[in-house]
Amino acid sequence: MDWLNAIVQGCLLGGLYALFAAGLSLIFGVMRLVNIAHGDLIVLAAYLGLTVTGALGLHPLMSLLIVIPAMALIGYVLQRGILNRTIGDDLLAPLLVTFGLSVILQNGLLEVFSADPQKMNAGALETASIPVGGITLGVLPVLMFLTAVGVIAGLQWMFYHTALGRAFRATSDNQAIAQLMGLNRAHVFGLAMALALAVTGIAGVFLGIRTSFDPSIGGGRLIFGFEAVIIGGLGNLWGTLLGGIILGVSQAVGAQINPGWQLLAGHIAFLVLLAVRPKGLFPRMDG
Amino acid sequence: MGSKLSLLRPNRRAFMAGSASALAMPAILHATRAYAAEPVIRIGHVSPRTGPLAGFAEADDYVLEAINAKFAGGLENNGKRWAVEIISKDSQSNPNRAAEVASELILDDEVDIIVAASTPDTVNPVSDQAEANEVPCITTDCPWQPYFFGRGGVPGQGFASTYHFFWGLEDVIAAFLDLWGKAGVSKTVGGLFPNDADGNAWGDAELGFPKPLAAAGYTLVDPGRYQPLTDDFSAQISAFRDANCEIVTGNMIPPDFATFWAQSAQQGFAPKVVTIGKALLFPSVIESLGARGDGLSSEIWWSPDHPFASSLTGVSARELAEGYAAATGRPWTQPIGFKHALFEVVADVIARTADLEDSQAIIAAIADTQLSTIVGEVNWSKGPINNVTKTPLVAGQWQRNGEAFDLKITANASYPDIPLTGEMKLL
Repeated sequence: MDWLNAIVQGCLLGGLYALFAAGLSLIFGVMRLVNIAHGDLIVLAAYLGLTVTGALGLHPLMSLLIVIPAMALIGYVLQRGILNRTIGDDLLAPLLVTFGLSVILQNGLLEVFSADPQKMNAGALETASIPVGGITLGVLPVLMFLTAVGVIAGLQWMFYHTALGRAFRATSDNQAIAQLMGLNRAHVFGLAMALALAVTGIAGVFLGIRTSFDPSIGGGRLIFGFEAVIIGGLGNLWGTLLGGIILGVSQAVGAQINPGWQLLAGHIAFLVLLAVRPKGLFPRMDG
Repeated sequence: MGSKLSLLRPNRRAFMAGSASALAMPAILHATRAYAAEPVIRIGHVSPRTGPLAGFAEADDYVLEAINAKFAGGLENNGKRWAVEIISKDSQSNPNRAAEVASELILDDEVDIIVAASTPDTVNPVSDQAEANEVPCITTDCPWQPYFFGRGGVPGQGFASTYHFFWGLEDVIAAFLDLWGKAGVSKTVGGLFPNDADGNAWGDAELGFPKPLAAAGYTLVDPGRYQPLTDDFSAQISAFRDANCEIVTGNMIPPDFATFWAQSAQQGFAPKVVTIGKALLFPSVIESLGARGDGLSSEIWWSPDHPFASSLTGVSARELAEGYAAATGRPWTQPIGFKHALFEVVADVIARTADLEDSQAIIAAIADTQLSTIVGEVNWSKGPINNVTKTPLVAGQWQRNGEAFDLKITANASYPDIPLTGEMKLL
């Protein structure tokens, strides 16, 4: 029963990792941008949620109504104001700029919010649980998992069934030709970043309800996001969800053997997959 | 071959002459300084102002303001007045950076005494730099085992110029056992020890918790070292639940504890006593946990209820803590007392040193310290090991008082002078 419990809890944890990773996957898929500041943007979203709940007395989940649009706006401005200027043939420039952004975000948050660990209080939701055949599932992890599935399904639908999705795919396939066809590359990239940060907003608020956070923890969350993206195949959204679940389950099973193996087991699963399928489980078609 | 040598020789001579005069320079400068109208003694201070450890240093400004006001008129030494200059530098919570700023303080600012506080990541690199440069160094706010053994200290030999005051692992264990003894719950303890310097020391089979707990009749369920910033504690929770643990202990960082504590509730594990080191020190952490913070317990290094007063400014522990709360609008924290005490010791050493020009005389004065500070007695002749002395440690519980949480001292067997302020309640 302990093993079954470990696997189920690991799946739920995978939902969290997929939420962390969905934004990264989207950004990479559309504009080949590796965003080092992603973890810090998640923490920024958590602080936004905290500020909103504190100022308006809302339930943390209701704060999403404000956090998501705010993060989307930040994303659009960030992309058009800064990141678009760095995107070109050189992969290094955007990498360095997002790295700098990460340092600025961490220290800016430290200056404004101090180093105190903060947490959003979601009341009974945090501790509520449902017994399912001998296993107790927390309501919050289940909600997070379902949200992750919903977000990924929504992004997937948007990608393949809307004009915006078509614009994203076209730009991703060939920027020059998309531009010739009348798509404004700068605007499309801005929208992609806005969408990615909207998802980051959801991840941040859930992170803030789930555990306590301080300005410095963003970087630590980044690696799981990257691993989930790479396991699933770069730029493939369902793959990212599966990558998150594989990571979560291998960590939980590793921890069941010995807690010292928890993170190691996740990294090993990642390396094994990378060795067997260097392009991830579901690589995106290129060309 | 010959020509190469002849080229080398004059160069080396010139270098030797130059470096000798360079080496002599500080000595010459030192000698002249005492003849100035008012000589200056410089104190270097390293603390983690930014980064993950910033919580430990949040009271720096408040403490230094009071200390600077006190030092403004200078300090008396052998009938002569010395101006005191404190140069404070940020370690950015990074041990490499701490070593770098310590070496800047020593080599560029030419400080006479260097002080540092807050965790092995700050204290150890600063002490190592001071030891290498033979500069007197006083540190605090880090259990003495990671300080002493973490720096490769040899018992009986110790260090030449670096001194430390705080408590040790044996004190935490004694305080926790005292706390649990009063709770009257079954003696099965779940242990959560991370794979970091503190967690490995606490969980160590020889020097950590396992032996004393077994000796006191407790069963310790220790699933193993986990990596800090873990997102899932399901394995530990099911191990504790299977063993019917009524007590949970360990040494965690706040985000890990918050994850564990939320998952415990979600997965139906409800221990009666939860006593965690490090994570539960700060009121801000307890407040962030909301109603789930009520009844958690922790070690207490210093509190407003400690019956001590500052040897420097005369303020009591309560006045210092409440002064901080009034000045900043933030709750008091335990490192405040230790940061203040650090400068109490410095002032005392400056007053007693036979010759402030001579670093050996300063070191001798540090070793001879016998001072009642705001955190208790600092006296290196009474230490558990060379260069280390211990201040009192008790344990207590966070109890809800209206909207705020109070840290009640509920176990004081090791230091009965520190009054109990509450009774242990089960979760």
